[in-house]
Amino acid sequence: MTEIVRIENLHKSFGPLEVLKGIDLTVDSGETVVLLGSSGSGKSTLLRCVNFMETPSEGQVSLHGELVGSENNGGMQYRERELCKLRTRIGMVFQHFNLFPHMTVLGNVMEGQVTVLGRSKPEAEDKARQQLERVGLADKAEEYPARLSGGQKQRVAIARALAMDPDVMLFDEVTSALDPELVGEVLKTMRQLAEEGMTMLVVTHELGFAYHVANRVLFLHEGTILEQGEPQKVLKDPETTRMREFLEGHSLFKLPD
Amino acid sequence: MVEWNFLAVLSDIDLLLLGLGNTLVVTALALAFGIPLGLFLALSRLSTIRPLSVGSAFIIEFFRTTPPLVQLFWFFFALPILIDVRMTPFIAAIVTFSIQSSAFFAEVFRGGILSIDKGQWEGAKAIGMTYGQSLRRIVLPQAVKRMIPAFMERSIELLKTTTLVSTVAYADLMFQANDLAQKTFRPLEVYTVVAVIYFLLIFTFSQISIAVEHRLARSGESTVR
Ligand SMILES: Nc1ncnc2c1ncn2[C@@H]1O[C@H](COP(=O)(O)OP(=O)(O)OP(=O)(O)O)[C@@H](O)[C@H]1O
Ligand SMILES: [Mg+2]
Repeated sequence: MTEIVRIENLHKSFGPLEVLKGIDLTVDSGETVVLLGSSGSGKSTLLRCVNFMETPSEGQVSLHGELVGSENNGGMQYRERELCKLRTRIGMVFQHFNLFPHMTVLGNVMEGQVTVLGRSKPEAEDKARQQLERVGLADKAEEYPARLSGGQKQRVAIARALAMDPDVMLFDEVTSALDPELVGEVLKTMRQLAEEGMTMLVVTHELGFAYHVANRVLFLHEGTILEQGEPQKVLKDPETTRMREFLEGHSLFKLPD
Repeated sequence: MVEWNFLAVLSDIDLLLLGLGNTLVVTALALAFGIPLGLFLALSRLSTIRPLSVGSAFIIEFFRTTPPLVQLFWFFFALPILIDVRMTPFIAAIVTFSIQSSAFFAEVFRGGILSIDKGQWEGAKAIGMTYGQSLRRIVLPQAVKRMIPAFMERSIELLKTTTLVSTVAYADLMFQANDLAQKTFRPLEVYTVVAVIYFLLIFTFSQISIAVEHRLARSGESTVR
């Protein structure tokens, strides 16, 4: 298996608050890794360190075996140009969509391709329509985001990320802001991506998704990975009491036995 | 009983129209320089580089809090003593009102930019956009829409404030009016006509701005997310 993302000894502090306390993690090509953990355990921060929306305080991140940044007497140094380029290769989907309201759906999915990657408009449009087709929204291309349901917005956001041809996709609680009846369509799209072989790192509270789709589940607690393994093992027979307590708090989510 | 006699004014109306032209030129140039400069000051003030943000905050506050007449006199009478420049009333007027209005526009820009949801910056950043690309393609287009009413208001304010240039003998509408009033001994009619001209000008302008606002509201894409 080719390794896509490698994280080594990652630390992140906000002022005096150390949120990540030495994370090691690799994600292989085609793998879907689900990150679980209670609120404030550092899931978002970890995800955001992968594409450098946050700059790690310590440790290293590599993409496709290439180290991001350069070592400089003990610490790491990052150039903004390099980070922008890196982000084009890592797709990210947010809880609140963050679609561009002044552009149509098509415009949203073309924007990064044209402005960042420098693709021609016709090429970008082709690609955008393909991706919208992929998430089942080909007929919404000319709409403005404000006219879409939450589930549709989120699928547009996924298409927008996919259009950049990323090596890996990051999902940060992408169904948490949705009405319950809209969660399914987004999870279905994500499952389909996983089955198509997309490499994905997913933060979610949807244990059903973790159970059925993930190759590996990680449990983050107070900034360290407390437990990890196959979902069938970790979700049904956790080793730590912390994880067991966490799962009990999620009894609402049905888990097939 | 006051007797109104507009004939003397109307026969010399071309003097007033010349003044009106000059007023519009000063206003237009002050806008042309003031708006980009305002954007620059706003971005500097928002910058995380301390000296830059402190410096621009100082400039903005200084020009917002000192009377425009003092600024005009300073540029016209004081600056030529400091540095070897020949100040004409025209240049002094343009310099003063460009900088003065840029200070106000800077705050309009800053408010507009800050009003945009942080998620927009994040969405742009996540697809690899640089700060400049995010600003140009994502944040400013949305911010500018929200700023249009404030822009219009500021521009009208600027147009009114340009009457001050008459004090350094720049031949704007006000200056021409003073001239004509002395020449014809008809201040009542002259200043009445001038007031009407300003009224029509500004009223038309604000009607246009209201129409623009309505159009923007109707296009309906101004809601966040
Ligand atoms: N930019 C920031 N500045 C300061 N503190 C932050 C910042 N971002 C996150 N934190 C803090 O770091 C901790 C972990 O936050 P994080 O968002 O990573 O948690 P999370 O596991 O994603 O939680 P949730 O399930 O609520 O999304 C929290 O205590 C949070 O307050
Ligand atoms: Mg989070």
